[in-house]
Amino acid sequence: MTVTAEAVVDLGPAQAAAPLGHLEALESEAIYILREAAAQFERPILLFSGGKDSAVILHLALKGFAPGTPPFTLLHVDTGYNYPEVLEFRDSTAEAAGMRLEVRSVEDSIAQGRVVLSRPDESRNAHQSVTLLDAIEDLAADACIGGARRDEEKARAKERVFSHRDAFGGWDPRRQRPELWALYHGAIAPGEHMRVFPISDWTEADVWRYIARERIALPPLYFAHQRDVVERNGRLIPAHPLISLKDGEAPETRSVRFRTVGDITCTCPVESEAATPEDILAETLAAETSERGATRLDDAASEAAMERRKTAGYF
Amino acid sequence: MNKTPQYDGRDLLRLTTAGSVDDGKSTLIGRLLADTGALSSDQLASLAAQAVQSGQEHIDLAQITDGLSAEREQGITIDVAYRYFATPGRSYILADVPGHEQYTRNMVTGASKATAALLLVDGRSGMTRQTRRHACIAALLGIEDVVFAVNKMDLVDFSQDAFAAAEAEIVGFTARLGFRTRHVVPVSAKQGDNVVHAGRAMDWYPGPPLLDVLDGLPASAGVAQGPFRMAIQMALRPQTSDTHDFRGLMGRVQQGSVSIGDRVAILPGGRESTVTGILGPGGLPINAAEAGRSVILTLADNIDAGRGSLIAAAEDRPRETRTLTAALCWLDDRPQDPRANYLLRASTRTVAARIALPESRLDVDTLDTTPGGDKLAANDIGTVEIRLQDDVACDAYAACKATGAFIVIDPRTNATVAAGMIDHGI
Ligand SMILES: Nc1nc2c(ncn2[C@@H]2O[C@H](COP(=O)(O)OP(=O)(O)OP(=O)(O)O)[C@@H](O)[C@H]2O)c(=O)[nH]1
Ligand SMILES: [Mg+2]
Repeated sequence: MTVTAEAVVDLGPAQAAAPLGHLEALESEAIYILREAAAQFERPILLFSGGKDSAVILHLALKGFAPGTPPFTLLHVDTGYNYPEVLEFRDSTAEAAGMRLEVRSVEDSIAQGRVVLSRPDESRNAHQSVTLLDAIEDLAADACIGGARRDEEKARAKERVFSHRDAFGGWDPRRQRPELWALYHGAIAPGEHMRVFPISDWTEADVWRYIARERIALPPLYFAHQRDVVERNGRLIPAHPLISLKDGEAPETRSVRFRTVGDITCTCPVESEAATPEDILAETLAAETSERGATRLDDAASEAAMERRKTAGYF
Repeated sequence: MNKTPQYDGRDLLRLTTAGSVDDGKSTLIGRLLADTGALSSDQLASLAAQAVQSGQEHIDLAQITDGLSAEREQGITIDVAYRYFATPGRSYILADVPGHEQYTRNMVTGASKATAALLLVDGRSGMTRQTRRHACIAALLGIEDVVFAVNKMDLVDFSQDAFAAAEAEIVGFTARLGFRTRHVVPVSAKQGDNVVHAGRAMDWYPGPPLLDVLDGLPASAGVAQGPFRMAIQMALRPQTSDTHDFRGLMGRVQQGSVSIGDRVAILPGGRESTVTGILGPGGLPINAAEAGRSVILTLADNIDAGRGSLIAAAEDRPRETRTLTAALCWLDDRPQDPRANYLLRASTRTVAARIALPESRLDVDTLDTTPGGDKLAANDIGTVEIRLQDDVACDAYAACKATGAFIVIDPRTNATVAAGMIDHGI
């Protein structure tokens, strides 16, 4: 490729950049990783659910490839149990980014017999892997970029930035490739793919700090709102037709926000008055419980739940 | 997972553990996290539940980082775990690495990004071959600050003599390794003595507890100083109506800084040009960028450049070569094959490579170099000659880590089989 005379894009006069603080360094590192993914793979896809981590990744991709467009297809694996506000946000954000969005649904996988639920009300969260791996195969994707962070969970704390998946979509935690310096090595055999995690080294607070600084738009569920909930085992369960209440449970209205917005059936809100990213950052720094501990019903089930799902292809 | 650290106004230290299997690395990291209040209530609850389930009196602090089920089953660490925590003045990115010989490659992974190492030694047995190997690897990778924790002091009755013996051994061994700072601290990771709090059991020890020592180490330098270096990750040609003629070179500044108007050389090849524009994240025009920043550069001349090329300060360039001498750390279970065509990856450039039998190798027990001998096998460290199919622009590892480091890939398996450091003595 050749390099010609001058940039014709007129973005105004060059200015002094803000000094490279911790957040700027994290941003530049994430952009570096996204560009490595773009350069090393032919058909990379970026998982975009409309949640805060994927909104941050998309924002980083847009910044990393400006004045161009990120060379990624967006993919959302929809469990069919997502809040409508999140789906609206997903669609409008993808459109504004000018990027192709593919949506694959667990519902379709069930209809096709690819996913079989053991009971009708079983959580569909873990079954996303089947839909995801089918989508990766259909789209012939060789890399799949996601917003997972190492501070989220014990098994994630062990994972490489470029994380190899075998031809079955599986992760082998006992045989990860060495990952040295900033030399991310993405060579794979046919049928295999790579998972790429550009914000591996970010903490939950870093994410909120960045959202606040960059004014990144998010679905309204992330901020304090009134919602009917019941308290169960120290967690707040949203009153929703998809969730059956137990005897004696009576919903009451509280001011809450979601720390993660996944599948309705396994994501709980926390009590909060936080109306802005700055408020949420302050609450995050003071929080006594972890993001998953407070809000994910599925991970609490077992110590090794996440690892088991990841080895089977889960994000 | 843990209570989140606050970076505002704090500096950063990238720290790796190191040391022999079972010397207590993970327990010590767990102790540091627990005693600084970095663990969330749900994490503590789950640890307590596990202790009850396995009929133990105390929670197993190693389980905080040993996150894989195989690790919990076997009671050893298999792969690196990353943890983030903060003290009032400093935030830490911690890599807890495995001590077992079989997983040395994972230790190298954790250590390659660290600037300081916390090396554990069992107070009963002193340094083992694997402790010495880890110390050598840390020194080889350019880690400048090391803190030795002489652990399990509770098992030697907190004896001053036992500590003195271990300390003498450590001081003797590390004298030739050239670390900038070296501390030796007695601790009991299990009981917590001298980790975050001094405790009373070792009142004969005059120094501060371990955490204070870590807080006092030099911070991980934010900006790599030296002549400008930036490997091109890819060329950007958006080709929309308003950016039709735009061509930019994307990369992250690896060393030094670049300003508009700077003369630069594109390597290999060596053609020169002038920087006409620098775009920071978001395509924002900036007039200069320092190491660590991701940018897009535009140049005055029409030069063929893309992934695999390196942009460098015109007056202070890296060398271009097809033969290298390097220190090589063999990581793969399959030994070196001097007749195989490997791939060498340095920055963003990948070229075919032949690796000769080692000229010399390091004896990690004596720190002597011995004549080369046979093929390098897993965990061996040697000096090798490498022949390349094509030119590579590179610096000595000691002058610029980013352009002096490389990995060796076996194209048959895609495995990363070795880590290399150019013109680096062993
Ligand atoms: N008595 C005593 N036991 C300790 C101490 N520190 C660690 N241990 C025990 O030593 C064993 C090994 O500890 P780990 O923390 O898993 O050791 P490690 O260095 O992380 O081991 P690898 O990661 O597998 O190399 C465990 O049974 C710990 O409980 C200590 O200070 N005193
Ligand atoms: Mg360990």
